[in-house]
Amino acid sequence: MSSRPRRRRPTLALEGVSKSYGAGEIAVRALRDVDLVVERGDFVAVMGSSGSGKSTLMNLIGCLDAPTEGRYLLEGIDVSQLDDFELAFIRNRKIGFVFQSYNLVPRTSALRNVELPLIYARVPKHERRQLAEAALVAVGVEDRMHHLPSELSGGQQQRVAIARAIVTEPAIVLGDEPTGNLDSVSGGEVMQIFSRLNIAGRTIVMITHEAEIAAYAKRVIHLVDGRIDSDRRTAPLTALPPLLAPDDVSKTESA
Amino acid sequence: MAVQGVLSNRLRSLLTMLGITIGVAAVIILVAVGHGSAVTVSNRIEALGTNVVTIQPGGFGFGRGSGGFRSSFTRLTTKDVKALQDPTAAPDIKSVTPVVSGSVTATFGAASYSPSQFVGTTPSYEEARKSPVEAGTFITPQEESQHARVVVLGQTVVLNLFGSANPLGQTIKLNGISFTVVGVLVPKGTNGIQDQDDIAIAPLTTTQDLITGVTSGLSQIIIEAKSSHQVNAAEAEATSILTPTHTSNGSANFRVLNQASLLQTSASTNHVFTVLLAAVAAISLLVGGIGVMNIMLVTVTERTREIGIRKALGARRTDILGQFLTESVLLSVCGGLLGVAAGLIGSRFKIVGVQPVVESYSVLLALAVGVAVGLFFGIYPANRAASLRPIEALRYE
Repeated sequence: MSSRPRRRRPTLALEGVSKSYGAGEIAVRALRDVDLVVERGDFVAVMGSSGSGKSTLMNLIGCLDAPTEGRYLLEGIDVSQLDDFELAFIRNRKIGFVFQSYNLVPRTSALRNVELPLIYARVPKHERRQLAEAALVAVGVEDRMHHLPSELSGGQQQRVAIARAIVTEPAIVLGDEPTGNLDSVSGGEVMQIFSRLNIAGRTIVMITHEAEIAAYAKRVIHLVDGRIDSDRRTAPLTALPPLLAPDDVSKTESA
Repeated sequence: MAVQGVLSNRLRSLLTMLGITIGVAAVIILVAVGHGSAVTVSNRIEALGTNVVTIQPGGFGFGRGSGGFRSSFTRLTTKDVKALQDPTAAPDIKSVTPVVSGSVTATFGAASYSPSQFVGTTPSYEEARKSPVEAGTFITPQEESQHARVVVLGQTVVLNLFGSANPLGQTIKLNGISFTVVGVLVPKGTNGIQDQDDIAIAPLTTTQDLITGVTSGLSQIIIEAKSSHQVNAAEAEATSILTPTHTSNGSANFRVLNQASLLQTSASTNHVFTVLLAAVAAISLLVGGIGVMNIMLVTVTERTREIGIRKALGARRTDILGQFLTESVLLSVCGGLLGVAAGLIGSRFKIVGVQPVVESYSVLLALAVGVAVGLFFGIYPANRAASLRPIEALRYE
């Protein structure tokens, strides 16, 4: 992923995307004709009340679900044309998920959890281990790498989940209310990690319904009834994330 | 990953394996029992001599009331032996051996013993009955014609009379009459019914003179065919030679026992029996397989969320399919290996009087079928796991 020949292309582009569940009269339109372009290096927060369609948007961007109408281009690839096998490949190489409830595989060590995406990418064992360890160091839980998820605090679990999301160097990191299950201190720490990842060049899209969390992002999108209600840029694309802690700037070299 | 899945719920995995274990062990043990009894039967065929037909006095159609009358007609004599030895009337017969049997008490010094079999016969008995001597000689034609007082003993008789001393050349008394021991038979062991080494053999002439009396007739005539293919022809020739002189009330009053073929029939019955046992055992293997399927379905349901996570991380359909198939095959392989161990241990013990003989094909077959069962019954649950849609699996609580 080190060479990106066509830099001009946006990381993701939604063109007239709609998503309905069910059919006919009882069909629920979760997303209605959404156009969205996210450039490389952006840090986007998607806000909205429950039922506004933000989870649906997340699933579409994460290639977990396909749109009913419209086109979705991920790094220029039309994802709606892909079959199951190719979608698995896209999820593996291009997308890193961070979930609200961490979603670490139970009874499996932190290190092993981080190795999972690399296993599915058929990375050789030795290399896999090095990459996983590096990712755990980047999120600051290297001393816990042999612990099981049940032996870790919520904040630590979420850091492991972030390490797992970035270990394949994906085009985009998706956060689905990543701080939703955390207290404000751990939540703040997680957001600092996201901010540092963004400085390192990662494109981040996250869902949240808390304004304090959205304040970490450089662009805030509000969804209402499946449509984009507002799209506000709070910091320039090339600037540092707005709420990056000053003492964290020095740590960015390692991230 | 699959190993972890199996280990994460040890008791459940163990109980699931138990189904396969019992199935595999049952197949191995039951086939071994069937084979063991077939081996016993074929040992008996070997002991009888493979090419022999036995003729005994007494017909099938005789009424009970004609007892005294019957014996005079049913007697087999040395005249019959001569008739059967005619090479033109009986081209397929190699040798004819008359046998008389009686009961004797043998004494040597202070030791006294009654062999369960005492026979008077001719030198051809050695080959027809496959009873070679281990030491000394069998009865020779000279001893036979000279009415010599010699005897050949089986190992059991030797042990009871002489202990570990050398019996050759010693004189023992049979019913008070002195006989010289000229040979000791090679041990044959038991044929499943009786100890074949518990025997004493003397010349026919001497036995008729001194033990049974000349008029009592032969207790059987052993006919040896020239080859195993000619046994049936020899049997037919013997029947046609004897029928004119041994018929009363329109039916033959002698019996021709082609024991080898009788035992072959019993061996084939045995084979059917073995197959039946194996089929019953195979059913338990099937039940074990259904157990594997049941547990794998439970596992898939329990781990729906995990499957969702894996898919979100980029696991392909084949990755998930492989993981769960490996898990079910692992269960059945471990269960199968335990079953092989249990089967081999179980086959060391006698079961309903039969010493099981383990067949290597049954071990391989049982293991292979066990693994195949695990694979077959793992396909449905694994496929179900692989087909889960990631968002639904992730939402599963």
